[in-house]
Amino acid sequence: MVSGKGGTGKTTVAAALALALATEGRRTLLVEVEGRQGIAQLFGTEALPYEERKIAVAPGGGEVFALAIDAERALLDYLQMFYKLGSAGRALKKLGAIDFATTIAPGLRDVLLTGKACEAVRRTDKAGRYVYDHVVMDAPPTGRVTRFLNVNDEVAGLARIGPIHHQAQAVMKVLKSPQTAVHLVTLLEEMPVQETADGRAELAEAGLPLGRVIVNMVRPHHLDEAALQAAAGKQRAGVAQALSRAGLGGARRGGLAERLVDPLLEQAAEHAERVGLERAQRAVLDGLGVSTYELPLLGRGMDLAGLYELATELRKQVSAE
Amino acid sequence: MSGTVTAVLGTDAPARLEVDRLLDDPQTRIVVCCGSGGVGKTTTAAALGVRAAERGRRVVVLTIDPARRLAQSMGIDSLDNTPRRVAGVGGSGGASGGGELHAMMLDMKRTFDEIVEAHADAERSRAILENPFYQSLSAGFAGTQEYMAMEKLGQLRARDDWDLIIVDTPPSRSALDFLDAPKRLGSFLDGKFIRVLMAPAKVGGRAGMKFLNVGMSMMTGTLSKVMGGQLLKDVQTFVAAMDTMFGGFRTRADATYRLLQAPGTAFLVVAAPEPDALREAAYFVERLAAEDMPLAGLVLNRVHGSGAVQLSAERALAAAENLDEGGIVDQEPGKAGVRGSGTTPEDGSPAAVDEITAGLLRLHAERMQVIAREQQTRDRFTSLHPEVAVAEVAALPGDVHDLAGLRAIGDRLAAGGPAGV
Repeated sequence: MVSGKGGTGKTTVAAALALALATEGRRTLLVEVEGRQGIAQLFGTEALPYEERKIAVAPGGGEVFALAIDAERALLDYLQMFYKLGSAGRALKKLGAIDFATTIAPGLRDVLLTGKACEAVRRTDKAGRYVYDHVVMDAPPTGRVTRFLNVNDEVAGLARIGPIHHQAQAVMKVLKSPQTAVHLVTLLEEMPVQETADGRAELAEAGLPLGRVIVNMVRPHHLDEAALQAAAGKQRAGVAQALSRAGLGGARRGGLAERLVDPLLEQAAEHAERVGLERAQRAVLDGLGVSTYELPLLGRGMDLAGLYELATELRKQVSAE
Repeated sequence: MSGTVTAVLGTDAPARLEVDRLLDDPQTRIVVCCGSGGVGKTTTAAALGVRAAERGRRVVVLTIDPARRLAQSMGIDSLDNTPRRVAGVGGSGGASGGGELHAMMLDMKRTFDEIVEAHADAERSRAILENPFYQSLSAGFAGTQEYMAMEKLGQLRARDDWDLIIVDTPPSRSALDFLDAPKRLGSFLDGKFIRVLMAPAKVGGRAGMKFLNVGMSMMTGTLSKVMGGQLLKDVQTFVAAMDTMFGGFRTRADATYRLLQAPGTAFLVVAAPEPDALREAAYFVERLAAEDMPLAGLVLNRVHGSGAVQLSAERALAAAENLDEGGIVDQEPGKAGVRGSGTTPEDGSPAAVDEITAGLLRLHAERMQVIAREQQTRDRFTSLHPEVAVAEVAALPGDVHDLAGLRAIGDRLAAGGPAGV
């Protein structure tokens, strides 16, 4: 399960994780539950239908399949499977009952979504081998993920008997087992780190297994504070001369190189401030006592090549342990 | 020829969103900040509130889920569902007289409870509030937060205590949820399905409806099987207790919808210059147009700029490499090739200064790459929606969590031009 505050790149991280886990001939299923078609956009494919479909080949011959779960279709399938509803299913839909069950009824939608993922986790082929080595879900954001996963409390409390109740219990058994890990994606910024801390506490309280905190978009640190102060202070003229030596114009006052010094220093000061804030947030994360993986910020933006780069990076950090 | 035209379109700057004119216009009564998660909606709403109050308006900001320190800075860290005056903004503190800022954080359960209490007698409302299905419903299934935010907006507007209401929208899975969820909840609570749950017996009394009745009892039977009989019973009890309020829900949802379409409401779509956020923004712009909802413009947060745009990323990197190589030549004998190990920035040796300078140049190259990427993303949006006015807000290095920070954001919003210019 991959969660994280909005804007931290949880879909990207989920996809990179699915790729990393598929390396060397394994097969993973990447699942999307929020109907945003984020996976399709990331992999540059057309919108995903409600069926498992191969979307990528991992290094070493592994395969990544993807599935966008549609709660309404999942419910109809489910009803068909267990009750052979036929036309009654259509009538229920017409009445708004399916709408009710999938968008309004508390928790039912979540049971269907997590239930579908759990079914994929447990599915075996004729030889009894698991069809997927790993199932990675791009889960709802941190603020909602505990409620989403904790379907037992949500639904079992409401539906104390009946198939939904059994389904919820079966799902919880998988979700609370060591087979499951909930990874939280964060940035080194105040709000995402705060949400990570809150999310960690909520998951612990619900008895759900926290995996890693994945620190995304980590920037390289080019200059330390001391260097920056020197550059802004007594080495200022030296910097102008160095710029000039590097072929960027005159170092004299008003020269092309000299006029670069102020804007460059200003950018460096912003960089230093950001580094300082990141350091503070890193300290907060350290204080949580969670293990982390780190993924770099890709300067050119996110594309398919970048996704493979992140997958390789994750792979490296996993095998370094 | 067509290539030239495309190029011209691509570089055409969109109209600037005039934030101050929007805030100063007494006709502007509601500003709705919407957009996908993590783009700075709450901060934008708060900054607009501070700015409007300091320009003389009586403002209330309705926030949904503010960062703790941001909430503290406005004195609304206690969640009590009531607007509170924010000290230090407008009034005696500000230059322009008369302005005030109030702020509140939405408590969705409490808002829902209040609706129930306002529309049912004491006994009935207690029955509703204690119903397990209601408790689960009000504590937050998909849509309640959106519905309650709109409900609260309607209440604030009805009170008429403020001449400007600024609303932050819930962190939905998609920006569009906020428009759809209230209707969905409203139509569910009023819908056919509820009628079926409530009154299969009533319907069955009529001879002509016999066939339908068979279908319906089969359906409630199925529902009972699927949900468990006890949940169905909770729902039915809930529905029976809410009976007097039905009709009301849809009417209220419709009224809020109309309020959003009325002149005096202005939508600001908030985004960051990233593909996902701007894609959501584009959807939202299209949707608002389809619903006849008045879009004031796009607020593009966290845009990067540079005071040295004349120096391209490529040249900066080449110059940095040049300095790296030069550094080896300049090293004293015995240190050749070992960069950085023997130098400290303070020692002022040419090698040390070169190293710092190369660092400055690399930072600049990175910045220029970010700017180019943001520009490209923004241009894509602008070519899809050239009619949308844009205010760009230059990125701040840190988080905003005090009034001074909100004022700084407000200044940047009002300046509105491309960052760094």
